[in-house]
Amino acid sequence: MIQTTEQDRRRGPALTRQGSGIRALGAAVSRDRLLYLLLVLPVAFFVIFHYVPMYGLSLAFRQWVPGGPMFGGRWRGLHYFESFLTDPTFWRAFRNTILLSALNLVVGFPIPIVFALLLEEVRSLRFKRAVQTVSYLPRFVSLVVVIGLTKEFLSPNNGPVAALFTYLGWEPVHFLAEPGWFRPIYIGTEIWQWTGWQAIIYIAALANVNVELYESAALDGAGRFKQALHVSLPQMMPAIVIILVLRIGHILAVGFEKVLLLDNPLVRESSEIIQTYVFRMGILGGHFSFSTAVGFFDAVVGLLMVITANWFARRFSETSLW
Amino acid sequence: MIHGGGSARTFRAFNTVLLLGVLVATLYPLWHVLMVSFSDPLAVMGGQVSLLPVGFELASYESIVSEPRFWTGYASTLRYTVSGVLVSVMMTTACAYALSKRRLKGRTILMVLIIVTMFFNGGLIPRYLLVRGLGLFDTLWAIVLPIAIVPFNMILMRVFFEQLPESLEDSAKIDGANDIQILMRVYAPLSKPIVATIALFYAVDYWNLWFPALIYLNDPNLHPVTLFLRNIVEGAELKLKSGRVDLDSLDVYRYQDVIPRTLKSATIILVVVPILLVYPFVQRYFVKGIMLGSLKGGAL
Repeated sequence: MIQTTEQDRRRGPALTRQGSGIRALGAAVSRDRLLYLLLVLPVAFFVIFHYVPMYGLSLAFRQWVPGGPMFGGRWRGLHYFESFLTDPTFWRAFRNTILLSALNLVVGFPIPIVFALLLEEVRSLRFKRAVQTVSYLPRFVSLVVVIGLTKEFLSPNNGPVAALFTYLGWEPVHFLAEPGWFRPIYIGTEIWQWTGWQAIIYIAALANVNVELYESAALDGAGRFKQALHVSLPQMMPAIVIILVLRIGHILAVGFEKVLLLDNPLVRESSEIIQTYVFRMGILGGHFSFSTAVGFFDAVVGLLMVITANWFARRFSETSLW
Repeated sequence: MIHGGGSARTFRAFNTVLLLGVLVATLYPLWHVLMVSFSDPLAVMGGQVSLLPVGFELASYESIVSEPRFWTGYASTLRYTVSGVLVSVMMTTACAYALSKRRLKGRTILMVLIIVTMFFNGGLIPRYLLVRGLGLFDTLWAIVLPIAIVPFNMILMRVFFEQLPESLEDSAKIDGANDIQILMRVYAPLSKPIVATIALFYAVDYWNLWFPALIYLNDPNLHPVTLFLRNIVEGAELKLKSGRVDLDSLDVYRYQDVIPRTLKSATIILVVVPILLVYPFVQRYFVKGIMLGSLKGGAL
């Protein structure tokens, strides 16, 4: 942004003589016409598959009729908003979304940071690389597989966990049918799948730390823990702030596909989130306007969250998204 | 690095054990399922299988590979992955290359408009209605087009192009090459690591996807293998040997454990194996690529 304004200032005098400004622009466009040609399909993609659906949010205010316009016809004002805001099922989904996401953030956010710090302490390069390489692997595994593994592990028919419980003489627990276990399972699988991947950015930040900083800290009598606290952590701070802002901004965007895969009627009181509610009401139920209104609400709250989180980051630290 | 002494040694030992634990915890679930897939179903039912297979047999794999749905699923997945990677890599490269040129007018506004899509979008229903309205249901394009360019991948690639020296372009320009020739002949050969990284990301996205297929593809013959696996895991697709159970009217949950765990495990293994095989060869590329991206450009 700053760059642009500087360029504009430099371009200042040319812009006052409008005719030559337009001519210069024309020359620049014709010079780069092949670059613009490269952009035709990508721009079409973003317009059609991102901006048209954004316009499609207007369906939240319109009545959808089969065979009618794609994003609805007759205006209904806030009708659909009123209907979902008075629906207790929506509020249950809203509560579940916030709860699941917040718990996942509190538990899941520090783990990659700690993992990166611990990895940094390893002296053997080969061991370090082995752990790191393996830690990325789950990120590449399909969610369907992750849930398959989870269900196998927690299988009530003598799966490993059930077998362990029997061995210890404990009461068997049918984890996948207990609403109370839904969130721990969700968060646990999230940690398994994403820790190594999310640590990459922190590991990269640590790789840039000047060794002299550690040396002078050690001279001042700082042990390993103090070095991590006073040297490593501050170096990771910009990355930590950025990731935190992004995650707070996406607090309503819980891993909807995973919830859908783990979901069953027995745990729905804790598993139903806004997006599964939208899926059920909209795609399964055909209430397109109603579920678009819910989606609209979701998107706006999400955007407000990003903006607020970024405002705090700007206010209280030196890094922010914009 | 600097400090010696007893407490440091204790810490290092503890750290090594902890990280070994992480290693085991990451790999064990996959290992366990691999062992179950080779075991005797009765031993699995009895909870005897943990580290090694009990009663080694391939019967589970035999039943899966004799299931035609599995093969149509695998073929569809391959088709989506290959076409998807081709389309996505070409579109992403074109977009990233053009936007990496600082002289390009309108570059900033385009970047802003693309970044906006990372934080605000129309959501599930408008996208669903759009794909349906465009007549893409039950076609390859319903799978490929909506995710043709992932903004994060595009930015990663743009950052890579930006750090290549501008002199490359200047000397090619003097030789009379145009922008597209420069991209193909000068930049492409230098961009192998980033192209490999991006292609891997897209390949994994396409290989692993299941939800778009569930909502956009009504014809089961077009379903990718991930949907086949999902049905197996949920116990819905009981055509295998034990006779057919109707998929639609099924209370999925009640029947969850009707399908032997050996069979589910074998299917899981068959779905992840391609990823596991490719992973060791490509991981060094993507580490390089993403480190560069995260250092130079931050998450954005």
